[in-house]
Amino acid sequence: MKTDKIVISVKNLIKDFGSFRANDRLNFDVYEGEVFGFLGANGAGKTTALKILCGLSRPTSGEVMVSGCNVYTQSNLIKQKIGYMSQKFTLYEDMTVTENISFYAGIYGLNFKQIKNKTMQLLSSLGLEGEAHKLIADLPLGWRQKLAFSIAIVHDPAIVFLDEPTGGVDPVTRRQFWKMIYEAAAKGVTVFVTTHYMDEAEYCDRVSIMVDGRIAALDTPANLKEKYNASSMNEVFLGLARHTSNK
Amino acid sequence: MSNPVIKGTHLCKNYGSVQAVRDVSFNVNEGEIFGFIGPDGAGKTSLFRMAATLLLPDSGNLEVCGLNVENDYKKIRRLLGYMPGKFSLYQDLTVEENLRFFASVFRTTVSQNYNLIRDIYEHIEPFKNRRAGKLSGGMKQKLALSCALIHRPRLLLLDEPTTGIDAVSRKEFWSLLRRLRDEGITVLVSTPYMDEASLCDRIALIQNGQILSTDTPDVVASAFEHQLFAVKARDMYLLINILETCPFVRSAFIFGQEVHVTINDYRNADEDKLVNYLSDKLADVVVYQTKPNIEDCFMELMSNKTKKG
Repeated sequence: MKTDKIVISVKNLIKDFGSFRANDRLNFDVYEGEVFGFLGANGAGKTTALKILCGLSRPTSGEVMVSGCNVYTQSNLIKQKIGYMSQKFTLYEDMTVTENISFYAGIYGLNFKQIKNKTMQLLSSLGLEGEAHKLIADLPLGWRQKLAFSIAIVHDPAIVFLDEPTGGVDPVTRRQFWKMIYEAAAKGVTVFVTTHYMDEAEYCDRVSIMVDGRIAALDTPANLKEKYNASSMNEVFLGLARHTSNK
Repeated sequence: MSNPVIKGTHLCKNYGSVQAVRDVSFNVNEGEIFGFIGPDGAGKTSLFRMAATLLLPDSGNLEVCGLNVENDYKKIRRLLGYMPGKFSLYQDLTVEENLRFFASVFRTTVSQNYNLIRDIYEHIEPFKNRRAGKLSGGMKQKLALSCALIHRPRLLLLDEPTTGIDAVSRKEFWSLLRRLRDEGITVLVSTPYMDEASLCDRIALIQNGQILSTDTPDVVASAFEHQLFAVKARDMYLLINILETCPFVRSAFIFGQEVHVTINDYRNADEDKLVNYLSDKLADVVVYQTKPNIEDCFMELMSNKTKKG
């Protein structure tokens, strides 16, 4: 992990919905090529912050820069510089593998030649040449997940947001997926991950934990475990996120 | 020992050419929490639907509470509470209406078994006039569990109850399950999350429609026969690539900030061999022996299965 270049900078971010403060003075930086974990219980304010970082929602106040763009004035530019993948995959089930690749690459403005090259490159690196013309619906879950990730970075974005990416796949496939994430990070892509599963937090370079709209902790998994005298990230999380249900 | 609450022998189920359940045999004993641990598509839900008498096996025999799922399904249904993986309550009925509805279907009343669900229902009672469809994930789950318990079933079937639920709610949920077990209710639960295996009394690891191993979590983990090493280095991506191509490494899997490694000829395995190999290629190499967990075992069993074909 390099710490010389900041790609996401958040200063005093506040987001209110009426009288409810969903994000309460968030402050953090994310570095280029970092795998950054963004954790929090349901309702802690993760999704609100994520939407702001993706340029889909405006903060109430505070300074937020994403890949050199101001979220107030350049939100459309942000969308070109980021990739996004959610647990629900965002692939079209009734389209084939190559159709999905072309579709997304086209949306991100790649030209015909680039799309052709990217498609070949992607199929071969995923070992999906034989499945190029199969429908997504007919692919096993693990392959879809890897394809969805590759498509999320098809336009070589500066940052890729992974919203609970690896639920439900077998442990071997899950590790192949994390290896792809590390590979992207090694190439300089910043990876911003939200997850409910604390064992996944252990894969991140640094982790932030949101509680009730605030960032309660932010550090490397090893430092957090040491600080809170815990043997796992699960213990760290449970110690911080006192129960706040019924909200 | 008394008769098992669920007794499945040589169960098979195909959907067209897909073999969802392949010759599965298992017993769930009275008063235990039994967990099916496996990824999506392993066959967990098919087995749950069979136990709930909603799906008949193509072959094999399945008894629930001593009754045959084919002939006695009506009797069985009165004895079990089933919480499917997908939220299946009435979204346009309120919390309270859903609960009353399920109580009346089972010819009981909410007050009759209220002490069983009190701890769970108290969390959602402030929202009893809210429509079920408008509840958060954690609250939906609590309502679904309350509805499944309202007739005090002998057996509770919970298909992936903790998927998509945050860590705090998950922890609460598992302590609830232990309390229900202590009340004498047998619990069959499934999860794709290996870290939840240790919370069960006994588990079956399941993959591609087959059971890989069945026992208590400790015994399943102790069956791992190789010496396991945890390896760390500053550059994780480089480390995993080097380990995967190392001639004497048998398996290498990322576990958070470490890689779990087994090496060929494990009887002579020691740290030094790995340290020597890695030190001139990587900075800050640390190697130490570690204890295998359920996930290590699962991957080991998966690869054995693949090798055997």
